[in-house]
Formats: sequence, structure tokens, C-alpha cells
Amino acid sequence: MNSSTLFGISTVTYILAMMLYITYIAFRNSPLGMTATAVTVTGFAAQTAAILIRWSEAYSQWVIFSPESTFIISILRSAPLKNLYESLVFFVWCLMLGYLIIEFIYKNRSFGAFATPVAGVALAFINLSGISSEIEPLMPALQSNWLLVHVMMSFIAYATFALSFSTGLMYLILKTEKRNEPSYIFWTTTLGIFISIMLFMGIDFFTFKVMVRPDQFIKSYLFKTSLLNQSLSIKLISWFIVSAIIAMVWWSGLLLKRIIEKFSIPADILDEITYKSIAIGFPIFTLGGLIFGAIWANQAWGTYWSWDPKETWSLITWFVYAFYLHSRTIRGWRGKKVAIVAVVGFGVVMFTYLGVNLLLSGLHSYGEMR
Amino acid sequence: MGDEKNKGIVEKIWDFFASVKFAIIIFSLISVTSIVGTILEQGAERSKNMKLLGRLFGESVAPALYNVFNSLGFMDMYHSWWFNTLLVLFAVNIIICSLDRLPRIIRIIREPMRPASGDQILKSPIRRETVIKAKPDIAKKLVEDSLKSTGFRFTELKEGKGYLFYSQKGAFSRLGIYLTHLSILFILAGAIIGASFGFKGFLPVPEGQSASLLMENRGHFSELEEQERHAIFNAVEEAGNASGAASRLNMSEDLLKAKMQKYGILPLGFSIRCDDFSVDFYEGSDMPRDFKSRLTVIDNGKEVMKKTIEVNDPMTYKGITFYQSSYGPVPDAKGEFIFRITPQGGISEIKQLHFGDSFAIPGTMITGTIRDFSPALSFDHDGKPFTYTEMMNNPAVMISFLENGKEKYSGWILRRYPATWMLPDGHNVEFMDLWGAQYTGLQVRKDPGVWIVYFGCFAMATGLFVAFFMSHRRIWVSVMEDKNTTKVIIGANTNKNRAGFERKLDRMITLLSSHTKEEK
Repeated sequence: MNSSTLFGISTVTYILAMMLYITYIAFRNSPLGMTATAVTVTGFAAQTAAILIRWSEAYSQWVIFSPESTFIISILRSAPLKNLYESLVFFVWCLMLGYLIIEFIYKNRSFGAFATPVAGVALAFINLSGISSEIEPLMPALQSNWLLVHVMMSFIAYATFALSFSTGLMYLILKTEKRNEPSYIFWTTTLGIFISIMLFMGIDFFTFKVMVRPDQFIKSYLFKTSLLNQSLSIKLISWFIVSAIIAMVWWSGLLLKRIIEKFSIPADILDEITYKSIAIGFPIFTLGGLIFGAIWANQAWGTYWSWDPKETWSLITWFVYAFYLHSRTIRGWRGKKVAIVAVVGFGVVMFTYLGVNLLLSGLHSYGEMR
Repeated sequence: MGDEKNKGIVEKIWDFFASVKFAIIIFSLISVTSIVGTILEQGAERSKNMKLLGRLFGESVAPALYNVFNSLGFMDMYHSWWFNTLLVLFAVNIIICSLDRLPRIIRIIREPMRPASGDQILKSPIRRETVIKAKPDIAKKLVEDSLKSTGFRFTELKEGKGYLFYSQKGAFSRLGIYLTHLSILFILAGAIIGASFGFKGFLPVPEGQSASLLMENRGHFSELEEQERHAIFNAVEEAGNASGAASRLNMSEDLLKAKMQKYGILPLGFSIRCDDFSVDFYEGSDMPRDFKSRLTVIDNGKEVMKKTIEVNDPMTYKGITFYQSSYGPVPDAKGEFIFRITPQGGISEIKQLHFGDSFAIPGTMITGTIRDFSPALSFDHDGKPFTYTEMMNNPAVMISFLENGKEKYSGWILRRYPATWMLPDGHNVEFMDLWGAQYTGLQVRKDPGVWIVYFGCFAMATGLFVAFFMSHRRIWVSVMEDKNTTKVIIGANTNKNRAGFERKLDRMITLLSSHTKEEK
């Protein structure tokens, strides 16, 4: 079996697991929950195998191009963390590993319904966006040992932030009572935007990829069928749909709250997981993302910091999570206020990771989408 | 009276700078302005951002908006006075916040552990109890061992019918946060030192030539200034020193030096020669695999250093670092074509030729003449050759061969494709290099602050590790005789990771009680 078949299998199993977890929390059927876990573990095993096989595929390619490199250098240079596709796959892998660890420690499966959708969105993005999954040769700037540590640690941190997003959102759902409460409006709007983006990306996918130009890349058609359509009326209708979805989530949010309440997950455990994820992710992000990134940039370009969009957005991410930590320890904020910061923080992470590449430009051509 | 009032104001200002509110304002201002800076392209030409603003807000308002943003310094905002003021305020906030809280923390750290009464132990946030079926003296030994094995260095107290042990660990970990704060100040200080005493510039060096004059990367000059900048640069480079250039340009040496300062024209104090530059491509594509420059440093007329630099592998001399950054063709260069010619069954010979030169294949009557050259040769649908880029991506020479004055054959020889080197009758003409037609683009940087920044990074990593993964733990253990058994009560507290500490105490308790069973 080659790596892309295995990636396909893992994608399908993760999406299946997502559906199982969601059905599980709706019906609280425990064989269903066990099946969900089993499916997730299977998907994780398939993905691990896929990553290792891809690594060895890249290794045999590297050896052909650079027969002069030593064994260790060849292994390092062919590690599957070289482009956007591979980084997204690694992100999903870290996220699922983190989720499985949490499920094991806290013996509670209902988080699955919140963690697997994040993985599902990432996988859908990989498949819908037309990112190249080819094993590409490594450009000179990336031929550095820093690549591995920098990218790996950044994505481990991103995965912990994704987990804190899931638990933070769950916390907000559990803790809000009234429709006019600001934190209720906040989480329903967030979820509404999330659903709208999924929907519009799906429409983009069908109109552009299936019907018209199959080899187009997402950057050229993102939201062109909806929010950014040339026709004013379609544009307006799309924005109206976004508002309608948000309103719908806002209207039915209390129902979701009641479903999740049935699980009797103590809210303070959610708060604790949110905090712990960030407390692990923040130092890793600081060291691997910012510090190692700076050292590498200094070695490759002669500046450790050049305010390019990726760096600037990483700094903003850092500020948001630093704020989260300070508001907890200095101000003693607990609960809804900090949960909102955690949810916003992951929005900033997503922009740093994908938004910068999709919408802005910079030195990090490595993640560049062509 | 006036004194008190004065103090009041100072205190107020202090409190404001130490407040979380101030920190949030600074965090937000830095973040929001930075976002604007990532959307508007920094240091770009006017037209680029005009187009962007036009797309975002409409063509009609774009020029007015551009002027507003431009006058506020947003087109090069990370170097603007207000952004750097924000960074300084950030530093001030960190300093004052830390100074505000540090004395209290130091008091906690220095505070010696005090023995606790039985009641106090029972009121501790974390409590554990067990009974050891042995006399206190044996139980005491067990408790001592288990405390030692968990890494607590304890104080012992004889109390009535039993003993009290107490100990603390990791008090210094409370300083982790302050080390992290201090590290940010180091990084900022290093950045300031780098910006004030360092420079950054670009140095193109053609193959075979040397350069000793640097043009710094400096912001915007008007078109007229830009012309003068280049005129001065060329004059100094040609004259080799400032006084020679001054007489050429008919200006005083002092004025010239002032202008060099203004335009960032900087003599390195030594020169860099590029002995060779080469690009390797991945097979069958135009994707570069490696850029390499063989450089020689010449100081006081002597060759003092040689190094081949690559991307990710720079060279440093006298605190100035040279990075491989770009390359390109030298316009109107008379490069040298280098061939290795091997007649069939004969010995190889290396020849250096110019465009239009002829050469003989040794031992034969065949001569070749270089007729045409392309830096990047490709063939169109009809098989007609064309050049697809001016970059030296696929260099090729057209050579026509004559035998005894009669046309024999002719064709393109491509450097990247060995199959094209073989002539129809078995002679081999290897196109090794076109030397002297490309320049290597070196990024030049002197940054005396970088080690302070690195030190700051190291301190930050250490500080975060201590702050997040270590905790201040206190423990009291009372060992009391209770009839024929011994009662052990543990009271403890920690400032972080309570669950982890509790797990450790549970293990301790299990160990103590399991020992009792063995005794039986």
C-alpha cells in the first residue's frame, strides 16, 4: 500500500469517527462510543503508517537527487514536514494523539465530538483546497536541521491550541444560560461562522473543482461562489445566509447545551483541560515556533526578526495566549471570560497558519500556496 | 505637603504602569497596528499599496487613504517612532509590573518553613493519612526514607510522643515568570543594540571580481537622491577611497563622507572576491537544489580567509556575516567558456574560450567555433531553439565544427545534459562552466546585539520551563504513636500542578502502608 491510499483510509475513518462521536453524544449509547474510539484508533494507526511510508518515499527520492548526503542528513531532509500538505497532515496527527491521550486520562468520550470536527475540517481542507500532495524537492532555504524542530514544535503547539479551543467552546456551551448573554452570543456566532465557512467551501468545491476546473487551487476560487461573487445579489444573499446560520445556531444553541449536559462532564474539568493544553502549548510555541524560527531565520537570511506577516501573526498569537495566562494568574479570571480568550486564540492561530498564506504574503514561501 | 502630593502622582503613575489594564492596552495596540502592517506591504512601492487600498475600499478613496496611512508612517511602520515607542512602553510595563510584584515573591521564597501544629496540618489543602503497624522509631525511619526518595530535604522535630517533619522544594520556581519577563528585556535590548551599532546591506559580487563597498538597506530616497546615491557609490568604488572620489565629484571630502553616511554607503574595510558561483538544479526541473559561492577575503592585500558559502551556511569575518541570498546574470559580461575536450580514446584537455573563439580537438583535423549562446535554452513545438529566461538556468552553446575547412556538423551543447556533449564520431566536448557571467548576491549583516538576543531567548526558554513545569511544594508530616501502631498524617500545599503532587503523595502513602504488610 502506498502512502496516499493510507491517507485516504485515515481521512475516511476520522470523518466516520466524527460522525460516530456526534451520534454518540446525541444518543449516549456506550457501544457506539467504544466503536468511535476503535475507529479513531484505527484511523490514527493508518495515518501513522501513511506518514512513515511517505517519509521513506521521500527518502528514496532524496537519495537519488543528493547521493552525497549522509544517512542521517537524508533522513532529516526527507522528514514529512516540508510543505503545507504535510504540515496539515502532521497537525491532524498531533491533534488526534492529544485527543486520544485526553480520552484515556479523563475517561470521557464526549470531547471527541468537539475534537474530531477540527480534524475533519483540516482533512476536508486538504482534500477540497487542491493543495499539492506531491513529494517536492526541498528548496535550498529549507535544507536546514532547524526545519524539523521548528515545524514539528509549531504544529504540536497548534494541536494543543486546537484542543483548548474544543474544550473552551464546550465550556462556554455548558456555562451559558440565556440567549442574551454576551458569552452565549459569542459561542453561537463562532460556531455559526465555522459552519458557514464549511458550507461555502463545500459549494466552492462543487462548482469549481467538480464542475469546471479540477486542477485549480483554492486561492483562486475561495468564496468566489458566495461571499466574494462578482454578482452583487449573490454576494448579498451569501452574507444573508451567514447571518441566518448564525441566527439558527443562536436559536437552537440551548438544545445543544441540554444534549451536552446529559454527559455530566464537570465544567471545571473542561476549564482545567483548556488551561493545561495552553500551558503545554505556550512554552512549546515560544521555543519551537518563535525562538527556533528566529535562530533559523538569522542563519538563512541574516535577520532573526523581519516583521514579515507570518512572524507578526505568530507574535500576535503569542500575545493572545500570554494574555490568557496572565488573566488567569494575575486577575484570577476563571470560566467564561478565559474560555472566550482561548477560543479567540485559536482563531488567531488559524489565521497565522492558513490566513497568512491565503491572504497575505511573506518570507515563509514554504507554506506558500501556488 | 507638596512632597506628599508629588508622591501621590508618582504612585498613581506607577500604579497605572503596573496595572493589567495598561498591559492590555499596550498588547492590543501592538497587535492591532501590527495587523495593519501585515496587510499593507511594508517598504513597498506606492503603486502596490494603492492597488490594495483601491481593492479594499474603492478606487476613489484610495489616494486619500494612502496619504493618511503614509503620513502616519504605516508604509514602514515597524521602523516608525510610534511603533518603537509602543515597544518601549511594553518594556516599561514589564519592568514596573515585575518590580511591583517581585518584593512579595522574594519574601515568600526567603521565608523559612515553620513547623505546623496538628490542626494546621489537618487544614492543609492536600491531606493524606495512614497507619503503620510499628513503633514510632521504625515508622520514623520509613517516613525519612520516603521523603528522601521524593527529593525533599527535611527538618525534623521531636514532638511529644512522636515526630514532625517538614520541608519545601522548588521555592525558586516562583521566579520563573520574572526570568521570562527579564528575557524579553534582553531581547529588546539586543535588538536596540543591533539596530544602533549594526548594519544590513546587499553586496553583488561578479564571478572573478571583488567588492569592498556596501550599500546598506535603507528606506526611501527620492528619485533625485537615489541618482546621487548611485553616483557617489560608483565614484567611491572606482576611486577606491573617499578622498579620490571627492576630487572626482568636485566636492569636499567632509561633504562626501556626510553623504555616504546619509545614503548608507559603507566601506567594509576589506574586500570579498567571488572565485566561483554555481547553482545546482534538481534533475529535469528548474528548481534550484543548491546555491554556492566560493569566497576569498582579502584584507590589507593578503588572502586571509576562504570559504564556500551556501544558503543556511554563511561566512563571518571581523564580525560581519555574508549570507548567500541571490544571484543573477552580469549584463554585457565577457564570460569564459570552459570545456573539457576528450577526443575518442584520447586524453582530456581543458580549454578556456570566449564567444566566437575556435578550438581544435586534439589529434584530429576538427575545429569547433562558438557561434551562439543561450543562458536558458529550450525548444518550441517546431524544434526551434529559444531562450526562456535571462537567468542561467540551462546554459547552452551552439558550436559548429569544421574538418579541413569543410562544415562537418553543428549543434547545441547543454551544460546540464551530458548526452549533448557527445559528438557523432565519438569525441566528447563537455561544457563545464561559463565563468564570469554571473554575480552572487550576498546579504551582509553586522549585528553586535545578536548574542544578547540569543541569551534572552535562552533565558526565556529556561524561565518558561521553570514557570510551567516546576512548582513550589511544601509538606508537613506528623508521625505519632497511637497505641501500638503509628499514625502518619501528611499535610501539603503547592502553587501549581496540584494533581501531580497528589499523585506523588499517594505513591508515598502506598509505599508506607505496603511496608507495614511486609513487616507482618
